[in-house]
Amino acid sequence: MTGQRARFRRRQRLLRWVVLTVVLVFFVLPLLGMLDFTTQGPGGQGRTLETWRTLANVDTISTDYPALREGFLASVGLAVITPVVMLLVLVPTMTWVRLRLPGLSRTVEFICLLPLTVPAIVLVVGLTPVYAWVYYLLGSSTLWLSLAYVVLVLPYAYRSLDAGLRAIDVRTLSEAARSLGASWFTVMWRVVLPNLRTAVLSASFLSVALVLGEFTIANLFSKKNLQVAMYELGKSDAKISVAVGLASLVFAFVVLFAMSFVGSGRAGTSPLARLRRRKEPSA
Amino acid sequence: MSATATAQGTPVQLTDLRRVYGGVAALDGLTLHLEPGELVALLGPSGCGKTTALRCLAGLEDPDSGTIEVGGRDVTGVPTNKRDMGMVFQAYSLFPHMTARQNVEFGLELRGRDRAARRARAAEMLDLVGLSQHADKYAHQMSGGQQQRVALARALAIEPQVLLLDEPLSALDAKVRVQLRDEIRRIQLEVGTTTLFVTHDQEEALAVADRVGVMSVGRLEQLAAPADLYTSPRTPFVADFVGLTNRLRATVSEGRAQVLGGSVPLLEGSAGGPEVVVLVRPEGVTVGPAGDAESGAGSATVVSASFLGGHGRVVARTGSDELVTVQVPNTDVTRYRPGDRVVLGPRGDAALAVSAD
Amino acid sequence: MPFFAYTTVFLLIPTLVVVIGAFLDGDNRFTLGNLDGLTSPSVVRGLVQSLVLSAVTAVGGAVLGGLLAYAVSTARDGSVTKRFVTSLCGVLAQFGGVALAFAFIASFGGTGLLTLLLGKVGISTGTGFWLYEWDRGLMLVYLYFQIPLMLIVFLPAVEGLRPQWREATETLGGTTWTYWRRVAAPILLPSFVGAMLLLFTNAFSAYATAKALVSQGSPLIPLQIGGTFTSEVLLGQENLGKAMALEMVVVVAVVMALYAWLDKRASRWMQR
Repeated sequence: MTGQRARFRRRQRLLRWVVLTVVLVFFVLPLLGMLDFTTQGPGGQGRTLETWRTLANVDTISTDYPALREGFLASVGLAVITPVVMLLVLVPTMTWVRLRLPGLSRTVEFICLLPLTVPAIVLVVGLTPVYAWVYYLLGSSTLWLSLAYVVLVLPYAYRSLDAGLRAIDVRTLSEAARSLGASWFTVMWRVVLPNLRTAVLSASFLSVALVLGEFTIANLFSKKNLQVAMYELGKSDAKISVAVGLASLVFAFVVLFAMSFVGSGRAGTSPLARLRRRKEPSA
Repeated sequence: MSATATAQGTPVQLTDLRRVYGGVAALDGLTLHLEPGELVALLGPSGCGKTTALRCLAGLEDPDSGTIEVGGRDVTGVPTNKRDMGMVFQAYSLFPHMTARQNVEFGLELRGRDRAARRARAAEMLDLVGLSQHADKYAHQMSGGQQQRVALARALAIEPQVLLLDEPLSALDAKVRVQLRDEIRRIQLEVGTTTLFVTHDQEEALAVADRVGVMSVGRLEQLAAPADLYTSPRTPFVADFVGLTNRLRATVSEGRAQVLGGSVPLLEGSAGGPEVVVLVRPEGVTVGPAGDAESGAGSATVVSASFLGGHGRVVARTGSDELVTVQVPNTDVTRYRPGDRVVLGPRGDAALAVSAD
Repeated sequence: MPFFAYTTVFLLIPTLVVVIGAFLDGDNRFTLGNLDGLTSPSVVRGLVQSLVLSAVTAVGGAVLGGLLAYAVSTARDGSVTKRFVTSLCGVLAQFGGVALAFAFIASFGGTGLLTLLLGKVGISTGTGFWLYEWDRGLMLVYLYFQIPLMLIVFLPAVEGLRPQWREATETLGGTTWTYWRRVAAPILLPSFVGAMLLLFTNAFSAYATAKALVSQGSPLIPLQIGGTFTSEVLLGQENLGKAMALEMVVVVAVVMALYAWLDKRASRWMQR
């Protein structure tokens, strides 16, 4: 094709590939650096897969690196508890506010977005006395960190769920269900939640991602999660630590990339990108 | 220079345009001539190539082959911004960060008009579309209909050689649609700009155009004045598009079709076989009560009768199990109830039939 | 409602602890002494360096990420390119912290892959210590999560540009340059600046990456707060930490208020 439109499109394609290549090189180089580092032989000579073999061997890794095991298990536990607590706190409240107390919606939005202005490091400072009570009342398990993590994910979870609720017209749905004789519990469980599936999923996914990457609060409260374990291990056995970092990154990418193909069919948008979008375009 | 003084208009000639997208021909040898000052509507279902034709004329798409001439000049390779076309899009085309006035002034600004001249022209154009009151509003403060009026004013402000309307009414409410449709025609006649209007709504096309071109799979099926198109559609496709919606089996003899116990003239271009399917308008069928014993060719049973405001509609099932829609005066609707026996018949010469093999 | 109880305990009380604690001395009496502490040279330097680092990486990340967002937006919806880049950025934007610091040490450190490769072609990057300095290494490292974050925040705005606007500009006689200067740029500006502010607070609040990379001194305010938290050096340090925390909250709150205002403007335009 030789028309001016075709020329325009060719130029656009060229620009796209130049920009993408440059940026992707910047993104990939440090990852290659990690791969290179973890496969270096003793004394920086030759190549070896020793580190990765160690990592892949579940039995030895958990006995040889108890700190890593402890941190990993704690993070997995936190990654389960945090989304559950978040959903329990947020979904009924947001639905109820939408149905019965629309006057409160501004307040709820304000509270949920407030953590955006409170950096994690600041939250640590303020949470110290609160956690003194939590430990006193509930014991000093690492898993209680999830209570603070819920606050960290609040803004993102709120936006995701808000977009989901906006899209389904809860009022009509619940009125329809009520007119068919459903109890409020049934309305929540059988009608609202199934329709919020995508929003709940992406809010949970974001919580998991945030929890697995959290360092600040755990470190300053002297609790060992995956990131803290990696940090400490980095001082003694850097290779294993770097390998864990790279593996978790690749894992997260694969999950996200796969999810971009399922999702709700909204083409080309990852769940994360959808979260950041406050208002869905009306078209 | 005033809007009313540009009554000359420019002829437009599209010759043998072809455009293929991934193996599917959107334009398959389209040839179309627009007389100076004429409004031609391209009508067809989505995907028939009408929008591609308009976009080729605008220069927003390149035809694979064929030529485009405006005012005798070949503009096939000329970029859009040098073509001097005013275009109104389906919706949402106003620049959201500019007021109505600024939108209208934009094209004049690009043409280097001074501020005073721009102001005056924009005021004149907004007046022409009846929006003088809203000159300082942004798009999001206006209704869909108002936005499209501004878009029209913006397109006309630059005194384009050709005005292109790409389904400008399809995103609007039914009532606004009719209102704005009539207004577009009034304004177009007033400024006299040669206009190509693309739509999928037959009523719209028939109402505004000097000539209507019905398109199907990249070709022009028929190009004719609205009345001609309505009274003598040349193909079943066109017939269906201009309201011949009853499809009935019939037999043909001596250029007339025997249908519903009566005889109807067949239009030019109909297939000839003795057994055919003909298309008949709801307005071309009569209905009346029948006695119990009646069982002739036109006898049928009422399925439903509905009141539609200005007129009514009866749907009946014939003995040969065909559903026929009949238009009746609104006062007659209550005479028919589902299950009633009725007699149907073609309405004299007002009935038309095109055989669809 | 459990929601309000929960947020009171875990959000409002901590915020109040910081705000009130900033004005209390070691014996819980009201004082402005902690605010005086904020004017000490080391604390001021930490704040200034944090602000500079955040501003530079916000601007750099916004420009590069914005360019990336435009490049991605020209790809077809649902194409593998688009999915790949948005997924990658989704991960990298969250990739702050320990692993990121390791990645850069492994690449740019004294014996890192790139340091050695560059050395082979005759470019010396020195001893590799530049990586641990706040105004060089940290800036590069922060860009690594700022650019992806920009893509995620800004892509919806770029994709909100309607093709009709470009086409309308063209039919009215404008060039591609006209379109960008007169139409696209003004429409995108609020979103762009808003995204940049978000990047600013993102860098300003970041703790983990800096903590993992910088082992000596506390060049940034979050590290200083962390320092007062863990060290038992001086009595009253704890409340100085609260004062610094309050200082951070004030900075972030101002920026977020600006952001909210811009976001409202941007979404007003984008809605129709």
